[in-house]
Amino acid sequence: MWWIRLKALIIKELLAVLRDPKGRMILIGPPILQLFVFSYAATLEVRNVDVMVLNRDAGRWGYELVQRLDGAPTFRRIEHTQSTAALHDAINRQRVIAAIHIGPTFSRDIEAGRSADVQIILDGRRSNASQIVGGYLSQIIASVAAETPAGRQAAPSSVTVIPRNWFNPNLIYQWFMVPSLVANIALLIGLVVTALSVARERELGTFDQLMVSPLRTHEILIGKLAAPMLIGLFHVSVYITAAVFFFGVPLRGSLILLYGSAIFYLASVVGLGLFISSLSKTQQQAILGAFLFMVPATLLSGFATPIENMPEWLQPLTLVNPLRYFLVIVKGVFLKDLPLSEVAGNTLPLAIIAAFTLGTAAWLFRRRLA
Amino acid sequence: MTSAATSNAPRPDVIRLDGVAKQFGVAPPALDSITATVRGGEITGLVGPDGAGKTTLMRLMTGLMLPDAGTIEVLGHDTRTGAARIQAEIGYMPQRFGLYEDLSVQENLNLYADLRGLAKSERPAVFDDLLTFTDLRPFTARLAGNLSGGMKQKLGLACALLKKPRLLLLDEPGVGVDPISRRDLWKMVEALTEEGVGVLWSTAYLDEAEACHRALLLNAGKLLFAGPPSALTERVAGRVFKLTGAAGRRRAILACALEEESVVDGVIQGEAIRLVVKRGADPATLRAQAGTEARIAPTAPRFEDAFVDMLGGGPGGRSKLAEATHARPADDGRPVIEARGLTKKFGDFTAATDITFEVPRGEIFGLLGPNGAGKSTTFKMLCGLLKPTLGEGRVAGFDLRRDGAEARNRLGYMAQKFSLYGDLSVAQNLAFFAGVYGLAGALKRERMALMTEIFDLGPHANLSSKDLPLGLKQRLALACAVMHEPEALFLDEPTSGVDPITRREFWTHINGLVEKGVTVLVTTHFMDEAEYCDRISLIDRGRSIALGTPDALKARVATPDNPDPTMEDAFISLVRSSSERAAA
Repeated sequence: MWWIRLKALIIKELLAVLRDPKGRMILIGPPILQLFVFSYAATLEVRNVDVMVLNRDAGRWGYELVQRLDGAPTFRRIEHTQSTAALHDAINRQRVIAAIHIGPTFSRDIEAGRSADVQIILDGRRSNASQIVGGYLSQIIASVAAETPAGRQAAPSSVTVIPRNWFNPNLIYQWFMVPSLVANIALLIGLVVTALSVARERELGTFDQLMVSPLRTHEILIGKLAAPMLIGLFHVSVYITAAVFFFGVPLRGSLILLYGSAIFYLASVVGLGLFISSLSKTQQQAILGAFLFMVPATLLSGFATPIENMPEWLQPLTLVNPLRYFLVIVKGVFLKDLPLSEVAGNTLPLAIIAAFTLGTAAWLFRRRLA
Repeated sequence: MTSAATSNAPRPDVIRLDGVAKQFGVAPPALDSITATVRGGEITGLVGPDGAGKTTLMRLMTGLMLPDAGTIEVLGHDTRTGAARIQAEIGYMPQRFGLYEDLSVQENLNLYADLRGLAKSERPAVFDDLLTFTDLRPFTARLAGNLSGGMKQKLGLACALLKKPRLLLLDEPGVGVDPISRRDLWKMVEALTEEGVGVLWSTAYLDEAEACHRALLLNAGKLLFAGPPSALTERVAGRVFKLTGAAGRRRAILACALEEESVVDGVIQGEAIRLVVKRGADPATLRAQAGTEARIAPTAPRFEDAFVDMLGGGPGGRSKLAEATHARPADDGRPVIEARGLTKKFGDFTAATDITFEVPRGEIFGLLGPNGAGKSTTFKMLCGLLKPTLGEGRVAGFDLRRDGAEARNRLGYMAQKFSLYGDLSVAQNLAFFAGVYGLAGALKRERMALMTEIFDLGPHANLSSKDLPLGLKQRLALACAVMHEPEALFLDEPTSGVDPITRREFWTHINGLVEKGVTVLVTTHFMDEAEYCDRISLIDRGRSIALGTPDALKARVATPDNPDPTMEDAFISLVRSSSERAAA
């Protein structure tokens, strides 16, 4: 008997979001679009940047350094100038991200065995990219320095550094990005669909109709959870398929573990959505509430910046963020065959969050009736 | 409603409509060559069921939309060229007030004063006048969203009157408003006409039209009638009768009478049946069926009688739904709906105090009362939407608190506004409600097919229910509410705004179901719905102030001046005297 009621409710919930062509488009179009936009566009690598060179040295070493800069693949264009004013202007207007200023005595100092200076000016407004460009430039300058007479004498000829990147040997950015998006998109969809579902019924007056039916409160809750979870799992599956077959991200771990933890992740997200929904009177409030949670949740998840870099006092806040745990699982399962113990260790907090949010939502739900 | 006296002084036309037409997309025309006038210094009723084109016509008059064909002249300006000047000179009160619910009464007034460009120096005097006029002075700091329906309408009216208009357009000011507030509102508007303001009052309730100087009757985009209401009611003069003395069997008799060739229309009015017969038909033959004690006497025609006659008469008296319903044997005589000392407190506000009544099987019980008096609270406690603070409610013998789901399984619910899933198709809505009430397999298919056939939903099965015309929505809502053969039906203003034909069809079904032993609880502001009840509880200030048959309540307020009071008179007078007692 309860199963018949629940089935009717779940079918209704799915139809309510999917029957309307507009609703269908919104649920399917943008997430797929986001997958491609983010995987190709949202990269932290520095490519296609311009730098400027002001070479006031007439000697061989200045020329050598300029040649090497010209040859570096990282930079799209090397601009040359003869005036410091033009250099300042180029940085000010963000035409170039960095400028190299080679002084007039550069070659002379090197030949004389004195220490020679090169000035690098970086655009601090783009701190992250500047840091990386600064690193590249230092490397190039160091390679020139190693060939100077003084450098040759100083260099111990026996040490060579061979960097090797584990898990992602070529540091392909999409290998990091696409698995992270699986977690992010499930958060977005799960939160919004759930937050809207109760609020919409309340706004349209159908909620009373539901409450006078023989459906029990927990059945309504389960029905309201099932549909967004199914939709969330659908998106997770689409993203995993695209990651493996389109982006060529290696799936080294267990798909079963991934899905197993995804269910707890979605449950905690949907619980949050329901929590927001039971607090809001209108769809507008529900959407605002969902975004109020989502933006900090994304920023404080370790998705874009490592949690360890955050201030000490802020770090405990990330402990209640389901995205934090699922990001570890999804990236781990994809790239390094995360073992069961680690998956379980990160799923347990998800289960606790889910139990808490669902419990609170159920409580709020009942309290609203009284 | 007091009838406005007609004087013969010539009044200038404030609106002239000439061949006005409007169509949206491929739908049938919303308005079809309307030619009419509205005069200054009068209340003109714009009457017709929901979807007749009333709102469209009003918006065309304001210049917010332009007609596809024809011309509209408002206060001498054509809406095509002078919309800005029209908007500066008229007052317009859209449906659903157009108030900002998150602003206080005073803030709403300030905002509209800004929007209408009312000079700062004039404001104190104007606000003072309007707050006195609308009795809203004690509530200036209250949020508009927390006002009762009647007070919201008064505030809406105040906002429309900020710059004294020469023409006032009111779009369904009576919706969601109790009879007392409606009467207040009417008096305010009447006072304005004495200053020469022209008023256009749109309404879905035909009884409101009767009090207007002149009425424009719209149906399905066509103007059926324009003129004084009495000119319309004349067409049924001498053909309207009241059949009395058939108390216990009035529903069965009405059903038979409606099947008669000679009967155009029939409705229940308390203990009596109101019948409109064909021209030349002899009503005496009807009396014969009703038994020896029945008496039949002519009575004054109403606007609605004439409207139904104009539309070719109401539907028949047979309810296929009732015929397909299994009769419930009159069992142990135990009441189906019981309220015992129901009390509801919200914080320190008591919304309902010690409400007690019993509804036996096969009875229609009505809950009436002013806005915010506690009738909705009582209704909600009895269908399980609210938990009572004290007391208990039972449906079909099940305690709503302990066996809520069992009780809810035995009740059907139909709310005032269409509250089915608009994004789902007709068939999907039926399937959802079948499933929620635990129907499955062959039984589910059988019940769905039956509902589809009875309510003629077949041709629309795959349409989204939000795209259905209002009449069909109403049928679908009833189908979903009775799909599981409930013992008790809970109706919240079930026929609000629907056309009179659909309304009669609906009550024919309900009457048929009641004859089969279904019990009905109805809450409403509309007196013609109240007339269908066997007994009524009148609720004011959270207490039941009167309980009895409609005729008994009417009899209580009969005076030598008003020997035959209407249900509305009874309502107003009983509530007033209870308020006076409370104040004393």
